[in-house]
Amino acid sequence: MGYTLNFNLIWRHFDKLWGGLLLSLELAVISIAIGIVIGLVLAVWYVSAGRAVRTIIAGYVEFIRNVPLILLVYLVFYGLPTVVDIAYSAQTSFIATLSLYSGAYLVEVFRSGLEAVPRGQLDAGKAIGLTPWQRLLDVRLPTMLRITLPALSNTFISLFKDTSVASVISVPELTYGAQWINFNTFRIVEVYLVVTAMYLLTGYTLLFALRLVERRFKAAR
Amino acid sequence: MSNASHQNPALLDVTEVSKAFGSVEVLRSVSLQVTRGEVVTIIGPSGSGKTTLLRCVNFLESYDSGSIRIDGKEVGYRETGTRQRRSERDLAAMRAETGMVFQSFNLFPHLTAAGNIMLGLRKVRGKSNAEARTIAEHWLGRVGLAHKADSLPAELSGGQQQRVGIARAVAMEPKILLLDEITSALDPELVGEVLEVVRSLAEDGMTMLMVTHEMAFARDASSRIVFMADGGVSAVGPPAEILAAGFDNERLRSFLARFRASHF
Repeated sequence: MGYTLNFNLIWRHFDKLWGGLLLSLELAVISIAIGIVIGLVLAVWYVSAGRAVRTIIAGYVEFIRNVPLILLVYLVFYGLPTVVDIAYSAQTSFIATLSLYSGAYLVEVFRSGLEAVPRGQLDAGKAIGLTPWQRLLDVRLPTMLRITLPALSNTFISLFKDTSVASVISVPELTYGAQWINFNTFRIVEVYLVVTAMYLLTGYTLLFALRLVERRFKAAR
Repeated sequence: MSNASHQNPALLDVTEVSKAFGSVEVLRSVSLQVTRGEVVTIIGPSGSGKTTLLRCVNFLESYDSGSIRIDGKEVGYRETGTRQRRSERDLAAMRAETGMVFQSFNLFPHLTAAGNIMLGLRKVRGKSNAEARTIAEHWLGRVGLAHKADSLPAELSGGQQQRVGIARAVAMEPKILLLDEITSALDPELVGEVLEVVRSLAEDGMTMLMVTHEMAFARDASSRIVFMADGGVSAVGPPAEILAAGFDNERLRSFLARFRASHF
């Protein structure tokens, strides 16, 4: 077997990978930001709402968690525009999908965090005369954040990796860049080695940064 | 002092309050008055409704019937017509007039000792940061923790946490302070420092209603003792009378006998 590794072609097209990585990060950051808003709002709503609302929110969460992301991406990009009169780019479509997807996971993280805030702290907030809104902002959310930080970090890393699914609808992120180089140079081993290293490095950097934040908060527990 | 207390209407007036959790009656037509400046202690076996009664006074628990009034104002329910729960805003405003100290301290873990005290002052009393800080430091000094203002609860001992808990409650200048078994979660050697703070507040004339198992403290610090059993008030009277071995109440006698047996 005379296959010799040759990275020259990869370096020649490295701009595809670098640009892809930046786009992957952009997709992740925007989707997670929207997902956090969805997750927080629905989690707070869930813990204070009645049965009907809880059922609807739980339905959304269960639907998203039980359908593969790639299918959701197809549904939103190819399926939705054929049913309703709506047009969007692949990138916008993917951000919408990943936002809904991360929202569902984050609802669960935030909800369990909110429910884990000790009752005594809420009683103490009531006893000094805080209104429900103040109890949420000044007592419940800060404690919830500390409780959920480790789970949040894991979810963020996971969602960053999920951006690779965008390649199936030709969004030129990192995995798509790798495929493009593969198709045009046939250096399959080299390109995927490099891309794997890039995902790994970025993932670890994110994890490291998030652990630093965790440690800071843990000190202030 | 006892003359004055006869002239003043009760600051806290609990009248025939009943409450059930499902089919379990935890409070059976409880009536109890606390006059301004008085220290009233509730004793009784666990499950007798002491803590529930205390939690009804600042409406951490609702009650099914009867009435609780602080300074003439009905707690928890509107005074017009049918029994209707007050708005959350109203409830919050009323709770700000009663202070509560908890068995498990319940400090806000993300805030420093001073921050715990300042939260209510800023958000509820509308004080500026600087004003709130000054008040917090004053009360931390009163409970002997001036040097711990910037410590987080996790860095404090149980006794210190509880003293911050007391400072947090009294800094709001409540009309009445509710103390719910505040030394029960403490190691024995830390109980004294907390009770000392309570004693000094009593000397300042703070009106207090407390649930405690510290009989010696109850005897020394309270104006009256209420003995609760099975959700009802079984006996009320001055400490010397209630804690006397020969008091004419079988349940109280057996409670005290069992209590002495387990504590000495």
